[in-house]
Amino acid sequence: MANHESTYVPKTAIERWMDSRLPIIRFGADYLSLPTPKNLNYWYTFGAILTLCLATQIVTGIVLAMHYTPNTELAFASVERIMRDVNGGWLIRYVHSNGASMFFIAVYIHMLRGLYYGSYKAPREMIWIVGCVIFFLLIATAFLGYVLPWGQMSYWGAEVITNLIGAVPLVGEPILIWLRGGPAIDNATLNRFFSLHYLLPFAIAGCVVLHLWALHHAGQNNPVGILIPKDRMAKDTVPFHPYYTVKDGFAVILFLIMFATFVFFMPNVLGHADNYIQANPLQTPAHIVPEWYLLPFYAILRAIPDKFGGVVAMFGAIAVLFVLPWLDTSKVRSMRYRPTMKVFFVIFVVNAFILGWCGAQLPDAPVVPGMPSFTLFDGELNSFLWLTRLATLYYFAFFVVLMPLMGLRETPLPVPQSISEPVLPGGGAPMAAGAPAQAEKQG
Amino acid sequence: MTAFWNKTVLKSLAPALAALGLIVAAQPAAAEGKGGPLHPHNPGFSFEGPFGTFDQGQLQRGYKVYREVCAACHSMSLLSFRTLGEKHGPFWDPHYPNPNDNPYVKALAAEVQVADIDSETGEPLQRPATTADRFPSPYPNATAAAAANGGAAPPDLSVMAKARHSGASYIYSLLTGYRNPPANLQIRQGQYYNAYMPGDLTPFVPEGAKVPPGGFIAMPPPLRANQVTYDDGTAATVEQMSKDVAAFIAWGTEPRQIERKQTGFGVLIFLVLFAGLTYLSYRRIWRNVAH
Repeated sequence: MANHESTYVPKTAIERWMDSRLPIIRFGADYLSLPTPKNLNYWYTFGAILTLCLATQIVTGIVLAMHYTPNTELAFASVERIMRDVNGGWLIRYVHSNGASMFFIAVYIHMLRGLYYGSYKAPREMIWIVGCVIFFLLIATAFLGYVLPWGQMSYWGAEVITNLIGAVPLVGEPILIWLRGGPAIDNATLNRFFSLHYLLPFAIAGCVVLHLWALHHAGQNNPVGILIPKDRMAKDTVPFHPYYTVKDGFAVILFLIMFATFVFFMPNVLGHADNYIQANPLQTPAHIVPEWYLLPFYAILRAIPDKFGGVVAMFGAIAVLFVLPWLDTSKVRSMRYRPTMKVFFVIFVVNAFILGWCGAQLPDAPVVPGMPSFTLFDGELNSFLWLTRLATLYYFAFFVVLMPLMGLRETPLPVPQSISEPVLPGGGAPMAAGAPAQAEKQG
Repeated sequence: MTAFWNKTVLKSLAPALAALGLIVAAQPAAAEGKGGPLHPHNPGFSFEGPFGTFDQGQLQRGYKVYREVCAACHSMSLLSFRTLGEKHGPFWDPHYPNPNDNPYVKALAAEVQVADIDSETGEPLQRPATTADRFPSPYPNATAAAAANGGAAPPDLSVMAKARHSGASYIYSLLTGYRNPPANLQIRQGQYYNAYMPGDLTPFVPEGAKVPPGGFIAMPPPLRANQVTYDDGTAATVEQMSKDVAAFIAWGTEPRQIERKQTGFGVLIFLVLFAGLTYLSYRRIWRNVAH
């Protein structure tokens, strides 16, 4: 891991020649032989799944860009032309549009896994922070991409989100005009959004390299959450290849089965029907909502009565993730040994779904129809406005209050000395190669 | 402290989650009697579900309804005549894998006049369409369409089944949803009452009166019985024509959808087999590692 000794021996003359000039084969070989904790469960396969998502989006996106026309008059029809007249175009476009949703499903699970097992704690802060940068870029890329088909939700979503910049005091208005390329969302906006939507994925790819570099330098976390002592490296780790290439590969294929089910049998269920209506700046849709993966943040935006306050809260909801390594005071990484925090974690996940649900509703709508209610400040108590505020409060309290407080207050369960201990009582006696099959324990 | 939290927090969490479930379950019931459109009625389409395919006779009837009724006001500008002869389409004929050779498609195109310019003089002219032409629009531009229809342009129907929730069922329901309005409903000039049209009629009934479902639509009831003479002898009831044209629009919205579902089966079968093999490899590689 951190100081993983290279075991690569160049065998052929070409390899030796290459090794003394550009040791790229050694780099690849070292990567594959990287000692990896042997107790990683399926929650740890989402890194590989995300790599696949990024590659899929870039490849399908490059092909789509060959056929797409970034012009307000032509964009909508050009996307439909891809679906009808380009060979295999329907497949490429549906993979790309559903791929965005798949990317977010995977990234949310990946982040929650990191949160649960304390993967952000020392010495892995930079892995987490670079990951947060990737997440932010991912949101930006998804938002920019959603504008490109130039449907009603594309246009009005862009209108709502760019307007947020205008809420910034003093400089907001000029920045807004500069970003849009004019006083309103128009052809100039669509063109720059297309340009940036093509650029940002490569920035993400660059950050992924940094993310992996930091990961391989600091060493992989594991469900037990302990650092593997040097003397236990041989017992507690396995080479990345073939052990994790096959496990990640299996998980990737299961993920692809879900992905394919959406692409081939329900390609439009994750989107909004209004986005198949061409953008019309003169007709506001009855209900402007972002894609499902941004609903929790949209809910937080609307929870604050002040527009600028809402913008601060929405960006704050992402910004707070960056400082998470310093908000968590617990000495124990994995929540497996933090039973109390585990409960708050489960509530956090449920709360995130509630925020997403709130984001899709009209704020004034009652949560429980027909239930008597009264007005509290600026809204009915029995309305999504107040449910959203409650959920927003928990979202921030989880990071800002519970994380520092619980680390100091709770009594964690005893943490094993080594990662073999929970599996093999007695500290994990080394297993001889070719040990009897009945001794195995599949995890 | 841990034990306390485990007991109290978990125990108090359970009813909260149960209550949340009830809230979610209670949501749809809220729409009844408070206005809002009726939930679209599904007459049962052959193309639904993972195995569904189009009924070619129905698509042909649907094209006739579109061409003779809808096309007077509604464009379908993303469709080309050649698309009609593509596989799974209304006029697909296996003898003509290239739909541009299909004599039926050529004849259908030639029945329609499209605008062009004279290649010698550059003067505008009308000529019979070819298979390569798109469906012509009934109005020269959106402004003309709006002006001729009381200010609201009739929407393009190219992707209509994707642009409305419930797709073909919604189109069918809307076309059959013109009911006699309640006597106390105030209807503005040029508007029609439709039980499936999105909207809220609360402001248009006396206060306290029951709000009828649906909303106002500017399109007059477009179909009358026997308006279209079906070539296959099918009785042209409003329900039949609505169902046929809804199926045709669903096809036109995504002419590749049958190909998509059929490809999907191949892909899923491959992936499931691949997953099985990979799982066996995984078991074999990890067989000597306790983890």
